[in-house]
Amino acid sequence: MLSRTADNLYWLSRYVERAEYLARILDATQRLSALPLAYVGSSNEWESAVLTAGCATAFFKHYDEANEENVTNFLAFSTANSSSIRNCFELARSNARSVRTALTMEMWDSINGTWLELKRYGNGPTSREEFSRFLRWVQESSLRFDGSAYRTMLRNDAYWFSRLGVYIERADNTARILDVKYHLLLPDNERVGGPLDYFQWAAILRSVSALTSYHWVYRESLQPWLVADLLILKEEMPRSLASCYEAIVRNLDSIAGAYGRQGPAQRQARGIRARLQNSRMDGIFQRGLHEFIGEFITENNRLGGAVTEQFLL
Amino acid sequence: MVVAFDEMTGADGGVRPAYGELSRWLDEVPPDVLDYRRREAELLFRRIGITFAVYGEAEAQERLIPFDVIPRIMSGPEWRLLEKGLIQRVKALNLFLKDVYGAREILRAGIVPDDLVFRNPAFRPEMSGHSVPYDIYVHIAGIDIVRVDADTYYVLEDNARTPSGVSYMLENREIMMRLFPELFSRHRIAPVEDYPDQLLATLKSVAPSRVPRDPTVVLLTPGVYNSAYYEHSFLADKLGVELVEGRDLFVKDEMVYMRTTQGPRQVDVIYRRIDDDFIDPLTFRPDSALGVAGLMSAYQAGNVTLANAVGTGIADDKAVYSFMPAIVKFYLGEEPMLKNVPTWRCREEEHLAYVLDHLHELVVKEVHGSGGYGMLIGPAASKVAIEQFRAKLKTAPKNFIAQPTLALSTCPTCVESGVAPRHVDLRPFVLTGSNGTRIVPGGLTRVAMKEGSLVVNSSQGGGTKDTWVLDG
Repeated sequence: MLSRTADNLYWLSRYVERAEYLARILDATQRLSALPLAYVGSSNEWESAVLTAGCATAFFKHYDEANEENVTNFLAFSTANSSSIRNCFELARSNARSVRTALTMEMWDSINGTWLELKRYGNGPTSREEFSRFLRWVQESSLRFDGSAYRTMLRNDAYWFSRLGVYIERADNTARILDVKYHLLLPDNERVGGPLDYFQWAAILRSVSALTSYHWVYRESLQPWLVADLLILKEEMPRSLASCYEAIVRNLDSIAGAYGRQGPAQRQARGIRARLQNSRMDGIFQRGLHEFIGEFITENNRLGGAVTEQFLL
Repeated sequence: MVVAFDEMTGADGGVRPAYGELSRWLDEVPPDVLDYRRREAELLFRRIGITFAVYGEAEAQERLIPFDVIPRIMSGPEWRLLEKGLIQRVKALNLFLKDVYGAREILRAGIVPDDLVFRNPAFRPEMSGHSVPYDIYVHIAGIDIVRVDADTYYVLEDNARTPSGVSYMLENREIMMRLFPELFSRHRIAPVEDYPDQLLATLKSVAPSRVPRDPTVVLLTPGVYNSAYYEHSFLADKLGVELVEGRDLFVKDEMVYMRTTQGPRQVDVIYRRIDDDFIDPLTFRPDSALGVAGLMSAYQAGNVTLANAVGTGIADDKAVYSFMPAIVKFYLGEEPMLKNVPTWRCREEEHLAYVLDHLHELVVKEVHGSGGYGMLIGPAASKVAIEQFRAKLKTAPKNFIAQPTLALSTCPTCVESGVAPRHVDLRPFVLTGSNGTRIVPGGLTRVAMKEGSLVVNSSQGGGTKDTWVLDG
């Protein structure tokens, strides 16, 4: 297939995944900010949302203060933020439009429908209630797109490249949450066990839709090291780093199988996966959680670059 | 103004045989049903995403072309006559191009003036002395035909560069079959759905002769911002070929390759929907980001076939158009079966004088214009507009031709007030390969949705209809 087609499919999936992630962060932040200060401490949740979305520099170029209005506007609707939900959907749709022939009717319908619907929300919500509806709609749109891809695409390179986009983006998103909130997950944190952190941990899990899964996996009340374990090492947890890398390796292998050739992208992905498989949480804590996450984000970006170089140029 | 010939009721008001069933059906069907189906059709078009862009309209970046649900019908014999005329016309176009870029006999014979060719921006000196596979230049032609009475058709324009609209021909039929199955059960209608197959066969048939394998065909588009992008992606999909942009291709050692996820793959035939000017920045416009650097060198080396060939614009130029009857006679020794609209060439003094005297009754067009932009329709224009145009015409008479205002035939059409006659034209698509010339029966009917309007261009608010060629 054309490199540009693969590139468009890859980015189409990434942008849809990113839009959903942003909606989850905003949703979780909204919940936190609705709690009495005694429960969450004095930390600025809205600022942390901007950090988690990875666009703090751009944000503070436009605003002085990270408050609810500025942050929701910047992350959801701003045209000045290249990664706002609006821009993600715009970019996803323009990528989709340039590869119409590589999409199934259902995928096109879904992304085109989302794009048409987006106009209904104009320049932002008029009430908190409407904003919540908007966030739900973003998540549903992403689910619909993902489901239509999963259910209707031929299992060939086009499918594998679009899946790669999903998982590389997802791994990046989960890692960013961990990167911003890592201090809350350290076992030796002096505030361990306080009601303060309980809601923070719940918010982290909620932003990767893992709150219920946590209870099923550990059958324990929320413990920070277990939250970290779930999001980093548990392959059965769909948004964990380990699970993303299981999928990345599998899809890259399918491509290698079809093309009859392994390359740098395959080797790098296998390396990252092996490291995750061979790690245990206590080891990670010993070496430093923050460093581990930081390295992962770098490695994940490097893999994105290797995929681009090997296939998409 | 003359009363137009109506394709359903003819000159005398009686229903013409081809329209018998349709007319009975129109009498039976309640108006709200027709209106309901019309809205349903619009929804379908919107959902499929068949849109086009209008240049200069930022707001409506993606717009729908209005679709009229009442078909335009031709009888078998009517079509066969037209078909013969079209084949003759395209044959002459190809011979003319071969000659102009080769022996130039027609110039030496004084049939077509030298400067009309050599000083024409559509003439590509790069093509002189280079032959193209099987001497075919125009693989895909869209010949615009208008009808003025039961027996008379005029060629309005020969589109020999990158004619568009065929996706509408195909989609209109699909949607009509979905919305009006009962109407189809009452007629026998020649199918159009095999157009993509025929197009692919045509393109493959002109691959460079050195290609031992099944030739690799691609469709080259300027990209998503082009007004016809939907059509490009639609056709690539139906043809089962890659839809490429300039940046997907590169030239090495005079061979053309596309960048794929598995490395470079050689390309043999390019169905290009990019104008000559933009196709190769090394040869033509250096500021073009749409083309492929070095493509012309590969083309001239005979390693890749371009469809249509480079330089075909000289054959559909509006000034050359006026010589078409003589061109047909010169190469084929036959009388042209399709008439030309009488044309005044403003470059000639006598003609210009006549045109300036009769602006209020003529249609004046720019020689190199297309899409209905920059033309004057005398009878419909205000005095001020006519005077402004007169000034423009006097400054550069060479850029203009003039034609009488034709009473284009009308067809029953769904409008606000119900069913009413509206003016139509027809663009059949003529395919020419090394294995012959083919025309899918019918073509794209364009209709001027405004009462009395003669402008059918989609960029000017025109709509389309399904076009039926009946059995027998």
